Amino acid sequence: MSEFVLEVTDLVKHYHTGGRQVVRAVDGVSLAIRPGEVLGLVGESGSGKSTVGKCVLRLTDPTAGTVRVDGRDITALSRRAMRPVRRDVHMVFQDPFSSLNPRMTIGQIVGEPLRHHRLASGRDAKEQVATMLDRVGLRPELAQRYPHELSGGQRQRVGLARSLILRPKLIVADEPVSALDVSVQASVLNLIADLQQDMGFSCLFITHDLSVVEFLADRIAVMYLGRIVETGPRERIFADPRHPYTQALLSAAPLPDPVRQRERRRVVLSGDPPSPTHPPAGCHFQTRCPVAVDRCRSEPPALLGTDHLTACHLVTAEGDAPLLTKGT
Amino acid sequence: MSLLEVTDLAVSFDTEDGEVRAVKQISLAVERGEILALCGESGCGKSVTAMSIPRLLPPETTRISGSIRLDGRELTALSEREIQAIRGRDVSVVFQEPMTSLNPAYSVGFQIVEVLRRHERMSRRAARDRAVELLRLVGIAAPERRVREYPHQLSGGMRQRVMIAMAVACSPKVLIADEPTTALDVTIQAGVLDVFRNLRDRLGTAIILITHDLGVVADIADQVVVMYAGRAVERAPVGELFAAPRHPYTRGLLGALPAAASVGADGRRRLAEIPGLVPAPYSDPDECAFRPRCPRAQSDCASRRPVLSPAGPDHVVACLHPEEVG
Repeated sequence: MSEFVLEVTDLVKHYHTGGRQVVRAVDGVSLAIRPGEVLGLVGESGSGKSTVGKCVLRLTDPTAGTVRVDGRDITALSRRAMRPVRRDVHMVFQDPFSSLNPRMTIGQIVGEPLRHHRLASGRDAKEQVATMLDRVGLRPELAQRYPHELSGGQRQRVGLARSLILRPKLIVADEPVSALDVSVQASVLNLIADLQQDMGFSCLFITHDLSVVEFLADRIAVMYLGRIVETGPRERIFADPRHPYTQALLSAAPLPDPVRQRERRRVVLSGDPPSPTHPPAGCHFQTRCPVAVDRCRSEPPALLGTDHLTACHLVTAEGDAPLLTKGT
Repeated sequence: MSLLEVTDLAVSFDTEDGEVRAVKQISLAVERGEILALCGESGCGKSVTAMSIPRLLPPETTRISGSIRLDGRELTALSEREIQAIRGRDVSVVFQEPMTSLNPAYSVGFQIVEVLRRHERMSRRAARDRAVELLRLVGIAAPERRVREYPHQLSGGMRQRVMIAMAVACSPKVLIADEPTTALDVTIQAGVLDVFRNLRDRLGTAIILITHDLGVVADIADQVVVMYAGRAVERAPVGELFAAPRHPYTRGLLGALPAAASVGADGRRRLAEIPGLVPAPYSDPDECAFRPRCPRAQSDCASRRPVLSPAGPDHVVACLHPEEVG
């Protein structure tokens, strides 16, 4: 078995729009996930985080770079050669409404991967579906129901059951709880944490919500405009954010505590994120960075460090970073 | 007398499935310069409550009862023509989705000028100057240039600022903001919340903020009303609500936040869950609507509906067995 369940190296994805413009959605991303590890991929809209997820699943083909699953390079595999890989890697989508076929029963939806890969049928498949529904906390009689009869939280449990029925090695979850109300979100997050610990799958958890990755992730990678700016163990990122963008992001997310929230100092970012069709030269964050220097405008910073890596010219090899806020 | 007083408001809709009672009964008061957060989960009636104030609900299928008084004037008694004069001038609204609320065919300056010229006697030139000033007020850089641009040329955060500029063009007494930052990234959200704070401080605008995000509430609200199943279940100043929530539902919402995760006996991190689902909005039995999901429910909770009762200074809760303080 390989050291990493997922290894993405120098991934690039460019989309061509109608004209001559090129959207540089992903601009050189490397990341790796160990067995049983949850990596939270965090970023705001347009950062390219979802595109990374799509490339990992080969839902879209990368422009350059490699994706390895369990040590095997899947970047150039044909559709046919991908089929066995698709047993090991599954996706959980954000929208539990549009990702379930309205004309199939819950039992058929959850059992579909078994039939597709010809792993089980008939009574055997039914039993496996029943077991899986039980594991995600759904009553067995729901197998006869249709998606429209279920609540949002129940639908997201169905999505999880479908993704996990083949006991995959890796789950790519793209904002799986973002559409849910907080009380429902809590129960789905508890469920994902339990299933992950019990079944031991690895997970690429894509989200904009820092509080969710703080709860669920072992490691975190922060993306900005197509690149990873910082990555490290969860506690390190929250306790000692080094990249100016990570510091700004953490300071901007309001804490549900009026006393602490109103005492915090915020890093105010000027302007809006640049368009990924015209990313700035040098560091992609330099146009909004409050501490950028000349070097940042010409030379893209490399992602450096051992366990806690940062792509910023102003962060030293010892990990000393420019502190943008105090007491947050 | 408060600036805005909503008393015993009830709103229902006629649908093919029967009468939907979105708001069963709610009373609110908002003072000048106050930010009141209306929060709760999907379907609790928070948006319907707010939209009934400027009467933005479809009149053919909506039934509204109760009283809405702005500066002592009863709004429910006004004709359609009279309420139109109030919308945008005394009470204005910022919606969640700035792209669908702006007209793509006109420049943002034109759209702001239109609001000004509708409600105030103003020359075209004066209105234009005021539009630039408003864009500056909401923190848009280079407003002289932006005023000529069209919605598609602006980012999501800028569009939302334009919406706010339009909403405050006539210095309304009350600004209703319905999930104004939900579609925005957090680094952009922070700037938009600053705009609201600024308006309140500089113009004394009263703001009703509808949100499901308790982080936003903690950041900006003065008073908080928590709604459940079409009724207010708790109201308190923001510090008190977070420090000493008395309704089991409020406590459940705060406990369900990832920030409130605790480590269980098995070493696993857990979030507190609220079991069950919100009740369907068709019936309204004479009991506490939260009873089926409530960890503190007792037999009397099924026999009568609790009313808002004092639970501390400026703090009311609708619960027969509220949480203990501390």
